[in-house]
Formats: sequence, C-alpha cells, structure tokens
Amino acid sequence: MAIEVRIPTILRTYTDGEKAVTAQGETLSALIDDLEANHAGIKDRLIDNGDLRRFVNVYINDEDVRFIGGLEAKLADGDQVVVLPAVAGGAGETA
Amino acid sequence: MLTIDQATYDAIVAHAKRDHPDEACGIVAGPEGSDRPERVVEMVNAAGSPTFYEFDSTELLELYKEMWDRDEEPVVIYHSHTATEAYPSRTDIGLASEPGAHYVLVSTREHGNNDGPVEFRSYRIVDGEVTEEEVAVVPELG
Repeated sequence: MAIEVRIPTILRTYTDGEKAVTAQGETLSALIDDLEANHAGIKDRLIDNGDLRRFVNVYINDEDVRFIGGLEAKLADGDQVVVLPAVAGGAGETA
Repeated sequence: MLTIDQATYDAIVAHAKRDHPDEACGIVAGPEGSDRPERVVEMVNAAGSPTFYEFDSTELLELYKEMWDRDEEPVVIYHSHTATEAYPSRTDIGLASEPGAHYVLVSTREHGNNDGPVEFRSYRIVDGEVTEEEVAVVPELG
C-alpha cells in the first residue's frame, strides 16, 4: 500500500527537501504515524491535542479531510494526500 | 526587496479598497525561483471579517494545484488591514507559512473604499521573525 503525500515547503525540513514522499496507513491517523516514523517531528506540526491543527489542511484525493472523517478518514492504495498550511492571518490578535 | 510592476501594485490596492472594511487577501504567483510576481490571484476571504482573513480550504487546494501545474509559487501573499497599520500582527506572524514569499500588507484605514493613498509595505516572515523590505514599483518587470 503506497500513498503519495505532498509536503508543503515549510515542512520539507522534515523530508530532506522532498516535495512528496510515500507513506502507508489505512486511516489518516495511521498514515501520519507512518510519516512520523520516517520523518521524525512532522507529526507535531500536523496534530495538536489529538486532532488536526486548526491551520493545517489535509486533502485526500482533493477532499478536505474535515468533511470525510478527519483523522479517521479512510485511505486506499494509490490515494493522493496533500498537506497545505492555511493561508490566513489578519489584524485581530486572536484567531 | 520586493520589485513589483505598477499594474500588479494597482490591482492589489484596488482589491483592498473594494473589500474594505473587510480584509482582502490574495497572492501573486510567479515562476518557481524567479522572484517575479506576475499573476495576481484575488482570493475570497472565507472569514469575511474586518480583523481576520483565511483562504477557503477548497479554493486553496485549487490554487496550489494550478500553481504546481504551471511550475509557479506564491511570490507575494497579500492582505489588508482595514483599521490598523500595514504591519504584521501576531496572528499574521504566527500563521505565516511560506518562508519564501513576500508578505505584502496594505492598510486602507485612512481612505477606506475611496480614492487616496494607502500604506503598502512588504515583509519576510520566517520562523516568527519579521523583516521589512523595500518595495520598488516599476512600470514593467524587466
């Protein structure tokens, strides 16, 4: 089972500069654990308190995982996962 | 330094004025590694707020896929502040996630939707550190 994961610029320090890596897992949660096994530190940038970070977007085959089960979203061989940090900000001091 | 052509500068300012008092946001894409802001992409502020902006997550993915197809990257990421100065807030700094981009801030606090000058400033934001840079507006990119 091989799933391609597209890594954003800001997280490529964990992947030796690679734009995409392969990982495996039957759910997003398992996939992230597999990523962490090979790219230590990356999990903490994706997950906070057991849930996806508010300002990190993860897509499975172009679907935002928040709409398809979050960390429990199912994965299958050949799926494509994209990680993109939110583009957000603003004058308010609290988000 | 950010070098930007007049038409692109004008497009960003017009967008900020049009969306005032909500924050306007978008990017200027350019060929990877070129540092040339060539293609303005206005984005919808999914937060629709005077104090916060966020690209819609589905539109964000479409934008990046389009850039990947074209071997582009976000050279400029811009947004407006509508009641405060054109300087990155703590929120801006905390959420900045493109270390290679020029972060442009436009403040419309003085003239709002109307004609008149705006503050237009550019920054690098890397690992929580803000560095202001000069903005050179040129008739056309060389």
